[in-house]
Amino acid sequence: MSAPATTAPAPNAAARPWWRHPRVRVWGGFALAAAVLLGVAPVVLSDFRLNLLAKFLCLAMVAVGIGLAWGRGGMLVLGQGVFFGLGGYLMAMHMKLADAGPGGVPDFMLLYGDGVVPAWWEPLRDPVVTVLAILLVPAGVATLLGLAVFRRRVRGAYFAILSQALAAAFAILLVGQQKVTGGTNGLNGFRSFFGYDLADPVNKRMLYYVAAGVLLVMVAVVRLLMVSRFGELLVAVRDQENRVRFLGYDPANVKVVAYAVAACFAGVGGALFAPVVGIVSPADVGVIPSIGFLVGVAIGGRATLLGPVLGAIAVSWAQTGLSEQFPSFWTYFQGALFILVVAFLPNGFATLGGLWRRRRGAAVPGPGDAPADPPAGTSAHADDPGPDPAQDAATAARTAGRHA
Amino acid sequence: MDALFSQLFAGLSLGSVLLLAALGLALTFGQMGVINMAHGEFMMAGAYTAFVLQALIGDAGVSLLVALPLGFLVGGLLGLLLEVTLISRMYRRPLDTLLVTFGVALVLQQLARDVFGAPNVDVRAPAWLQGAVPVLGMNLPRTRLFILALAVTCVVVLALVLKLTPLGRRIRATVQNRDLAEASGVSTRATDRLTFFVGSGVAGVAGVALTLLGSIGPTLGTSYVVDAFLVVVVGGIGQLKGAVVAAFSLGLLQATFEYSTTASLAKVLLFVVIVAFLQVRPQGLVSVRTRSLA
Amino acid sequence: MTEQPTAPPDAGGLDPQALEAVIAAPGSRFRHDYLEVRGLRVVFDGFVAVDGVDLTVTQGDLRFLIGPNGAGKTTIVDAITGLAPATGSVQFGRVDLLGRPSHRIVRAGVGRTFQTASVFDELTVLQNLDIAAGAGRGPLTLLRRRHVVPPEVEAALETVGLAHVRDLPAGVLAHGQKQWLEIGMLLVQDARLLLLDEPVAGMSQAEREETGLLLQRIGEQRTVVVVEHDMEFLRAFAASVTVLHQGRVLSEGTVAQVQADPRVVEVYLGSGAHGRGRAARAGGPSTEVE
Repeated sequence: MSAPATTAPAPNAAARPWWRHPRVRVWGGFALAAAVLLGVAPVVLSDFRLNLLAKFLCLAMVAVGIGLAWGRGGMLVLGQGVFFGLGGYLMAMHMKLADAGPGGVPDFMLLYGDGVVPAWWEPLRDPVVTVLAILLVPAGVATLLGLAVFRRRVRGAYFAILSQALAAAFAILLVGQQKVTGGTNGLNGFRSFFGYDLADPVNKRMLYYVAAGVLLVMVAVVRLLMVSRFGELLVAVRDQENRVRFLGYDPANVKVVAYAVAACFAGVGGALFAPVVGIVSPADVGVIPSIGFLVGVAIGGRATLLGPVLGAIAVSWAQTGLSEQFPSFWTYFQGALFILVVAFLPNGFATLGGLWRRRRGAAVPGPGDAPADPPAGTSAHADDPGPDPAQDAATAARTAGRHA
Repeated sequence: MDALFSQLFAGLSLGSVLLLAALGLALTFGQMGVINMAHGEFMMAGAYTAFVLQALIGDAGVSLLVALPLGFLVGGLLGLLLEVTLISRMYRRPLDTLLVTFGVALVLQQLARDVFGAPNVDVRAPAWLQGAVPVLGMNLPRTRLFILALAVTCVVVLALVLKLTPLGRRIRATVQNRDLAEASGVSTRATDRLTFFVGSGVAGVAGVALTLLGSIGPTLGTSYVVDAFLVVVVGGIGQLKGAVVAAFSLGLLQATFEYSTTASLAKVLLFVVIVAFLQVRPQGLVSVRTRSLA
Repeated sequence: MTEQPTAPPDAGGLDPQALEAVIAAPGSRFRHDYLEVRGLRVVFDGFVAVDGVDLTVTQGDLRFLIGPNGAGKTTIVDAITGLAPATGSVQFGRVDLLGRPSHRIVRAGVGRTFQTASVFDELTVLQNLDIAAGAGRGPLTLLRRRHVVPPEVEAALETVGLAHVRDLPAGVLAHGQKQWLEIGMLLVQDARLLLLDEPVAGMSQAEREETGLLLQRIGEQRTVVVVEHDMEFLRAFAASVTVLHQGRVLSEGTVAQVQADPRVVEVYLGSGAHGRGRAARAGGPSTEVE
């Protein structure tokens, strides 16, 4: 006989009430988020506000991916704007081609160029090809770069700088090739989205539902990845890459998968961003917007499941509100957020949730309270935006140091 | 022949600008491991120092000569302030330092925008830097030659400081073995601060030099800092000569690519070349190899 | 296979019985494995760290590598596992190891630990072992949740006496427990050649005793190489010893043979006996051999 096979959950899982069980909490929170996004928001928000929320959701998609790659995988991805831009431009190119007049030539090409559609634009007339390209091109670019970089054990700051340099190069390329990319103005003035008239408010609402649905799917995917063995492995690679190598894995492959998933999410976010906002331009893809994606993730708690989403939405909302009224104040505010959150709250506002729970735990000391806390690592961070307090405080400094 | 020579000069000139921008980083990132995204804004501060001085003094030549040391001081003091208030808390979290200093960069940029206005401003070059010097049938702009000379001077001075002075010995000791240096009576805190002061000061000098190449604005730093970091990555950590070789190599490469394609495509090609280069030498051109697990 | 102990091992304590379940694999598989190192040479920027080392360790041996600091012990382990660039030849189970990437060397059956216990602090003990057991898993298994604890992981938990803390993050373990966890990870990753770098550093006397017995038992079925400074531990458990000095093999044999070798005495006691240089230059802890 072989050793008895026991089930995975902690033996003390029964000690806590069912509503505090991680799985219940996570999927309960997920259901709540779905209800708010799909049920409440469309009812209470005006068309304009709803479209604004759809834009925030697109940005949140990038954040979900960053949470996986940076929070769980320790890869500081400073160039997500590239993948966001790839997705956005692919979608925009398709829409420009679909909107084009009788000659099939997008308006801006007649304006800046010689009115000839380049060969590499042509496949994007097909909607199926477009969707496939949006899903595959960003992930493919990330895979290529990831393999080249991670295989050679280039990591930490070096990887961050390279991903940032890619964003810079991509933005410069877009600006420079005005004849085929629209230059600084980017691509704009879309009239239809896969045949649906974008001027029609009903179709704009539909676009919102699509964005909300896609975001929920992404969150679910990331949750499943986090609790899978791959998720455990990813955390292991983040904390001790060499140790993983000496267990017989190639850490490069683990990182590439997480990086490609993050890139794919960013690409899809960009692809929906273009029709929602009506423009995609180099200003959305360069160095500054690429780092800008990170602030929401940092605020929400980089290693948590819902933190990046909530953080990204909150930051975008604050930006829209503040920059309309006080444009210069917003930049100060954004800078201050980076400084304060990253320097003093490395796990974002999730840290505050942890502190609150610890205080409450201290007030009501229950038997078996300490072991009843989910183990740090996968479950603690994955399960709720308020991770295990004791672990967080203790590991924050150590982990962050090892991200290099 | 002429085309080749003009390519060579364009590359060297570009390389000298890159080198000036990257030299301070070679100290702060290369020696201390701190990723300071506000480095570009220290350059911007140096550039605005030159602008303000010219407005105060009037004479372009005098103001430039005063601006060089003063730019060093302004950049250095900003760096010192940053080190003392924020970076010193975060030596164990290098990647987080990057984000924090990016926040500082945003604030400094906006500050410049509010103080000096968003549009770019011009700093006049002194009369003795206007025009060109004919060499081998080519006209080499005096400003470019001046920057090349300035970059070389900065490298030499910095190398001498590192090699000969007590400060340099302390910096090298701290870089090679922080614990041992501390145990041997070196105040690593003071060394960190001084290193950061010097590195940021060089950024200020670079900023002053940039005023000679064109108009300056609040986002001046952003456009240089990414390239400057690439120089350090390619050059490798720990020694100045890596940064020097990398800066001129990348300068020459970019000039070549720009000549044969377009400026925007050149950036992408350069990026591809750098990634390919890292396949061969992931540690950069010059690296101090250790046995440590990391 | 052996019966599993029914009583849960409460605190501490290794469980040698459970070990049988982990290492009692089809015996034939381990029959002809041996480590053969020939002319190994490692150079760091002109500094020769290992200079022409030959080493043969057979299954059933428990080989200790000793020598003053800088003798090249850890560097040899690094070279075998692909962490340090080396020339010469290293074979294990008739497979050439030199020049392969580390993770492939590991898949050829080589496992190692590091001087500083390196476990995944944020993951639980169970998750640590599960990752160690899973290098051969396909993508589909990896992308799923762990529903059942693999039997070898269960047995390893018992073996290294960590079953009662299986759901605690490894970061909170005591130092000795972390090292046991590392040994457990080597067991479940099914390493047939175990390279242990100072496995008992920082352990209490009782813990050392238990670890030594465990290693002896493992050594009967697998090939084990231990880098160690602790002479008492060595005398108690080493089956054979290789003494390294300045990157070369100085002496090899049983503990008694090596201790009687005048060259070893010279290296270790040189500075004390003659009041000058050699051991001091090598930086060796010259008081280790009494």
